[in-house]
Amino acid sequence: MIYSIFIINKAGGLIYNKDYSGSIARLSSNEALIFAGTFHGIHALASRISPAAGSDSAKDSGIQTIDTDKFRIHCFQTPTGIKLIAVTDLVHTRLTDVLTKVYGMYSDYALKNPFHNLEMPIRSELFDTKLQQLIQAS
Amino acid sequence: MAKQYRNIGEEAWKNNVEKVSAELFIFTYGSLVVQLVKDYEDYGAVNKQLDKMGYNIGVRLIDDLLARTGLERCQDLHATAEVISKVGFKMFLNITPSVANWSADSKEFSLILDDNPLNDFCELPPKAIQDGLWYSNVLCGVVRGALEMMQMQTEVTFVRDVLRGDETSEIRVKLERMLDEEVPVGDD
Repeated sequence: MIYSIFIINKAGGLIYNKDYSGSIARLSSNEALIFAGTFHGIHALASRISPAAGSDSAKDSGIQTIDTDKFRIHCFQTPTGIKLIAVTDLVHTRLTDVLTKVYGMYSDYALKNPFHNLEMPIRSELFDTKLQQLIQAS
Repeated sequence: MAKQYRNIGEEAWKNNVEKVSAELFIFTYGSLVVQLVKDYEDYGAVNKQLDKMGYNIGVRLIDDLLARTGLERCQDLHATAEVISKVGFKMFLNITPSVANWSADSKEFSLILDDNPLNDFCELPPKAIQDGLWYSNVLCGVVRGALEMMQMQTEVTFVRDVLRGDETSEIRVKLERMLDEEVPVGDD
C-alpha cells in the first residue's frame, strides 16, 4: 500500500506531496518542506560517499530505498534532476515502474500545462485525480 | 548504439505519442510566424522570439521524451546527437535528420534535415530572405532548451534552409560548456 508521494525539483524544493492513507499521521506542510530539503541533501551525500564513485562502470546514482521496520521510502531520480519519492509499506520492494508512470504523468499534466511554472508547486486537479487513480490501482 | 536509438525512436513514435493533423500544425505554426512578423516588423527580432519560444518548449519537452522512452544520460556528445536525431525528432516530428559535419574537437555537429514538415507549402517573400528570417527557428530553441535541462549549454542555429534557396536545411549545434554544478548528484 502506497502511503504518500513527494516530488522534489532540481533545487531540492518540494513541488508536490500527497497522502493516500487515512491511517498514518499527516505531515504538516512545513514538515513536508523540511523532509524534501533533508532528503535532497542526504541523497546528494549518499552518492558522494559511495565506495563505487570514481570507477567508470559503476556510477552510483544515489539513494533508491530507505527501510525502517514499519515502512520503506522509494526514490527515483530523473536525468533532469527531479526526484519522485514514494512512502510505502514493506510489501513493495521496488517501485520503479510506478514511479516511472508518475514521471509520465508529471510530464503530461504539469509540464504540458503552459501556465504551470517549472520549479513551483504543482497545482493541477487533473494531476491529482490521475495520480490518485494510479495509486489506488497499485 | 545507433540501431538501438533508431528502434527506440520508432517504438516511441508508433506507440507512445498522440498524433495530430499535420495540416493543423502547419496552419498553427504558419499563423504564429506571420503574426510575429506583423508584431515585430523586424526579421531578426522574429528569429529571437522563435528561439525563445522554442526554448520554453524544449525545457518541458525533454522530460516528456525521458518519461516516454526511459533513456538515461548519454555518455558523450556523439550519443546525444544520435538521441536528438533518432529519438527526439522522430518522436515529435516523425523525421530523422542525419548527424554530420563533426568538428575536430567533437564539440560541434550538424543536423541535416532532408524534410521539414513545418516548411511544407511555405514560400518566403524576398524581403524575408534578404533580412535573414529562419522560418523554423523554433526548432533551434527546442534543442537548446532540452540540452540545457541536461546540463549542456549550447548554441544552436540554422545555417542553411531550403526556404532560402539552399539545397537542404542544416542546424548547427555547438556545445559551449557543461553545466557541471547542476548535474544531479550521482549522475555525472
